Amino acid sequence: MIEVRELKKSFGPNPILNGVNFTIQDGESVVIIGRSGGGKSVLLKHLVGLLQPDSGQVLIDGENIVGMNERELLRVRGRFGMLFQGAALFDSMTVAENIAFGLRRYGQLSSGEIEKRVSEVLRRVELPGTESKKPSELSGGMRKRVGLARSIVYNPEIVLYDEPTTGLDPVVSDSIDQLILRVRNEMKVTSVVVTHDMRSARRLGQRILMLHKQRIYATGTAEEIFSSTDPVIRNFVEGVSDPKEQK
Amino acid sequence: MIWGPMSKQTSGGIYGWVEGLGQVAILAREAFGSLCSRKLSWDDLMYQIYFIGWKSQSVVLVTGAFTGMVLAAQTYFQFHKVKMDTATLAVVSVSMCSELGPVLTALMVAGRVGAAIAAELGTMRVTEQIDALRTLATHPVDYLVVPRLLALHIALPLLTVEAIFVGILAGYGVGTRLLGIDGVYLYANMVKYTGGTDVLMGLIKALIFGGIIAMVGCYKGLNCGEGAEGVGRATTEAVVYSSITILICNFFLTLSLTRLMNSL
Repeated sequence: MIEVRELKKSFGPNPILNGVNFTIQDGESVVIIGRSGGGKSVLLKHLVGLLQPDSGQVLIDGENIVGMNERELLRVRGRFGMLFQGAALFDSMTVAENIAFGLRRYGQLSSGEIEKRVSEVLRRVELPGTESKKPSELSGGMRKRVGLARSIVYNPEIVLYDEPTTGLDPVVSDSIDQLILRVRNEMKVTSVVVTHDMRSARRLGQRILMLHKQRIYATGTAEEIFSSTDPVIRNFVEGVSDPKEQK
Repeated sequence: MIWGPMSKQTSGGIYGWVEGLGQVAILAREAFGSLCSRKLSWDDLMYQIYFIGWKSQSVVLVTGAFTGMVLAAQTYFQFHKVKMDTATLAVVSVSMCSELGPVLTALMVAGRVGAAIAAELGTMRVTEQIDALRTLATHPVDYLVVPRLLALHIALPLLTVEAIFVGILAGYGVGTRLLGIDGVYLYANMVKYTGGTDVLMGLIKALIFGGIIAMVGCYKGLNCGEGAEGVGRATTEAVVYSSITILICNFFLTLSLTRLMNSL
């Protein structure tokens, strides 16, 4: 279970998060929505200890990771997989080397077993036969798939997705959404997705949290959020910049 | 511990400089701690030695050779006035071993390797590859800093020996072929006046300069600003700061090592 309590974070004089609270149960699929630059990715990075807050707590199964040093955090991070916005593939390595990175450094598997696991996970993300390609040879959608393969190859308990469909066309976005759903259902992982793609949010979220003005403004099921009459939620869901322009 | 402060912008002026120095020291402590207590990837180390040592050879050879040649010519022009022509190579040798060899090699490697380290790590930082490493339960110091630090500690003394050897050889060539000095006397005086302490001093300096280039390059890369501008600035600063640090350290190393060796 992930619990976030009174999380506050500022960059210089600009507050980004100001007292964020929420809980995510094991196996749950939660989508965090909010405006660009609103602190969604910053919030996601706090969950895995990539950023340290100014105050507040992040509890992973009751263990507070705030204040842990980098070496203590490595142990906690072994339970997480993360797909970055730009995939963040290691560009000096091939696809297979990227995916096998975690397995080779800390796993107890032989080279043959690692190769087998890499092939399996590439089939799962529908990219068989791409083992020897370099990240520069891949399209945006393929890079995201390889990033996803790298984050799930060691069977994490929690997978974090930072804007998984940003910059992709609707067809590729749909295929990435399907992939995330399949990973969630087959591997029974806890999923936390940050996005401002409303179609993805509706499809992926068993529960949606809306980040607005540095706090969790609303929380509810996809149906509750999308049928809300609250003007702030409605404007965001419908993509309205200024309500007066609608009239 | 370093990841908190390093993600912040350091303040400017003298406070920023002191803060940066402190962060380099923390990074160095972390790297040496990792070096002593964790398993090293030999593949990564060998690749870094190849990149830093083998691929820097042409630059170092040209620098060493022409430094030895010009030093031999200048020394001859001055010594000829007082009929000390045959001491020319002794001056070249002592200078190359204790000062010019380690310093010029370090400056050339700082320009080539220090810049490359800062650019590579900086690009990894701005494209979130370092965050990706961290989520894959890998400490960036273990994976990125330690192999580079160790490779520079190994490669720079070897490159320095190469530069010294080539410099003396080139100086000998200039002395005998262009300036017409007797090669036997040149060689005899060189052996007579060059001590083992000169060579040792050069190697100790190279070892320390290797650490400076690695730490400044890695620190600037891991701590670079956003975007292409941030990477560019980090690269420039890595070269400038490591070069200045090498020159300043060289003065104090010369004083302290000379006294230490004289007292032994």
